[in-house]
Amino acid sequence: MPKPSISIRRRRFLQGAAAVGMSFSLPKRSAAASGKVNFYNWDTYIGETTLEDFTKATGIEVQYDLFADNDELFAKLRNGNPGYDLIVPSNDYVERMISADMLVPLDHSKIPNMKNLDPAFLDPAHDPGRKYTVPYMWGTIGIGYRKSKVKSTPDSWAALYQSDEYANHIALLGEAQTVMQMALKLMGKSLNDWTDENIAAAEAMIIAQKKNITAFAPDNGQDLLLAGEVDLAQEWNGDIQQAMDEDDDISYSVPKEGTLIWEDALAIPKGGPNPDGAHELINYLLDAEVGAKIADFIYYATPNAAARKLLGPEYNENPVIFPSQETLEKSEISIYPGQEIISKIDAAWTRIKAAG
Amino acid sequence: MESYRKNIRVFLAFFGPTAGWLVLFFFVPLAIIWIYSFGENSSLTTIKTTWTLDNYKRLFEPEIIGLFWRSVWLSVVSTAICIVMAYPIAMVIATASRKAKPWLLLVIILPFWTNLLIRTYALLNILGTRGRLNDLLHWFWNMGHGALELVGLGSLLGEQFEPIVFLGTPGGVMIGLVYVYLPFAVLPIYSSLERLDRNYLEASLDLGASQWHTFRKILLPLSISGINTAAIITFIPLLGSFLIPNLLGRGQVDMIANVIERQFKSANDWPFGSALSLFLLYITFIILAIQSFAAMRKRNQENG
Repeated sequence: MPKPSISIRRRRFLQGAAAVGMSFSLPKRSAAASGKVNFYNWDTYIGETTLEDFTKATGIEVQYDLFADNDELFAKLRNGNPGYDLIVPSNDYVERMISADMLVPLDHSKIPNMKNLDPAFLDPAHDPGRKYTVPYMWGTIGIGYRKSKVKSTPDSWAALYQSDEYANHIALLGEAQTVMQMALKLMGKSLNDWTDENIAAAEAMIIAQKKNITAFAPDNGQDLLLAGEVDLAQEWNGDIQQAMDEDDDISYSVPKEGTLIWEDALAIPKGGPNPDGAHELINYLLDAEVGAKIADFIYYATPNAAARKLLGPEYNENPVIFPSQETLEKSEISIYPGQEIISKIDAAWTRIKAAG
Repeated sequence: MESYRKNIRVFLAFFGPTAGWLVLFFFVPLAIIWIYSFGENSSLTTIKTTWTLDNYKRLFEPEIIGLFWRSVWLSVVSTAICIVMAYPIAMVIATASRKAKPWLLLVIILPFWTNLLIRTYALLNILGTRGRLNDLLHWFWNMGHGALELVGLGSLLGEQFEPIVFLGTPGGVMIGLVYVYLPFAVLPIYSSLERLDRNYLEASLDLGASQWHTFRKILLPLSISGINTAAIITFIPLLGSFLIPNLLGRGQVDMIANVIERQFKSANDWPFGSALSLFLLYITFIILAIQSFAAMRKRNQENG
């Protein structure tokens, strides 16, 4: 779930943009005839030459479009597919899309490279048996922080949610569900345990802390951290990794209470013009060497075991990318709670926003 | 002006495309939103029109009222500041020489040549805790602190410079709102002052009224229509502003448009989002109705 950035500082973004030669136009319906795949992906989320290499290898052209968040992806597809062949929703949106019958079941015989995947990823709760999706990248949410401004590593969500030690130097994420889930973790609850009492307790905790919070940053916590506007930012690990590349004084920690594990998955939406081409592209992305090149460039955790074997310790032993086993055991993947709960979460969020 | 009745084809040729555009891209979507606002989510992706009033009832939940209230007072105060600031600017332009006038107007209109998003990002850069404005204040602080230390009063300004937090506060959002909507207030006031007969002012001053008296009794009443227009055309977009609170408010100063956006995205509740949008529209209609009603009454009074 990489958050896009408008920041021009991003070396990777610039390289990526130049290499891929992105196109922002809407895909055309006639794509299948010309052997074209319409790939709708997150920003800065592919290797430098991956798509060119794919076209060279298969003759299939890739029309590459970018979306900013899952909500945008879902909103675009909910009233009919405007022409995308391959999309990259995150795990809970995979669930939403499966339950709304928006995805094409995958033909595993066309994706032999699935053998490269770590078996631990082959039967997740959000897509049992990988009927509809294959995992693309995964990661965590944690605390990005400025080393020179903290006395010790902020290793608890309490630093963001309960303490006034860093008052007015704290950024939380801007998404209702995620921010409330981390409050649940701090309370020692499962982040999928959406009882009314838990929602109310999380709401009260955030309202009480609101005066100490600088920003509910929609997708730019790392930018606030880099600019020195905040010292602690709740963020996706990949974003903090990118900030760390730019500033040695920034680091990342996953709180001891555990965190949210996310997974972005490759899926084929119903109504796309070229499902065969999409299968071919999925298989290509799961290739060991291709996967290694992508992972090495975007620095997210790949579920591709064969690809990881090709990469060195700088990647494989990086604590920002791969949290410790102990942390992993306390962490959870988010499960789609259903529309009724989503509405309750949003109402709580509105009360949080209206407070103070 | 009646000739369009005679040349109906010419009239249609010019008017048809505009009307078609308006119907297709304004009235039809608005009608869809109106229907949605009486609907319910029947699944993740479908809305069933049940003509329920639940979405409208939810408008009266305390948090929604609270956010509406915040939107209203931020808009009222910003509108007032805009008008108070715009009036002298408009007066300077209206009384400027024939040569200077277009240049002054250009300065007012110039910001429109830059995209709002870019201007807002520039404001982010200026208003940040480590922003340019705080840099400047810090510099002043250093000067003042140094001077005071010379006379032995070094502690008067505190031990350390404390940057002012603009972003994420109602004040910061208001700075942004006033910045963006000020030109909207200047132009109508300017045009009413421009049309004003200067002889009245001269007569008032010649007959011994003070400057202040002339302003209150002559200038202000004669330009009140400009002020009214300025208030309306700044207040309405202010009430629905989204980008400024979104970026300068840092999620701490949400206005009603930010809630609407969420209904169409993360909350996935289009019916409620539609009801909220329409509520904003109704408020606008009510304000416009009050204004034209007041204008009508005034005209009737004047006619005797």
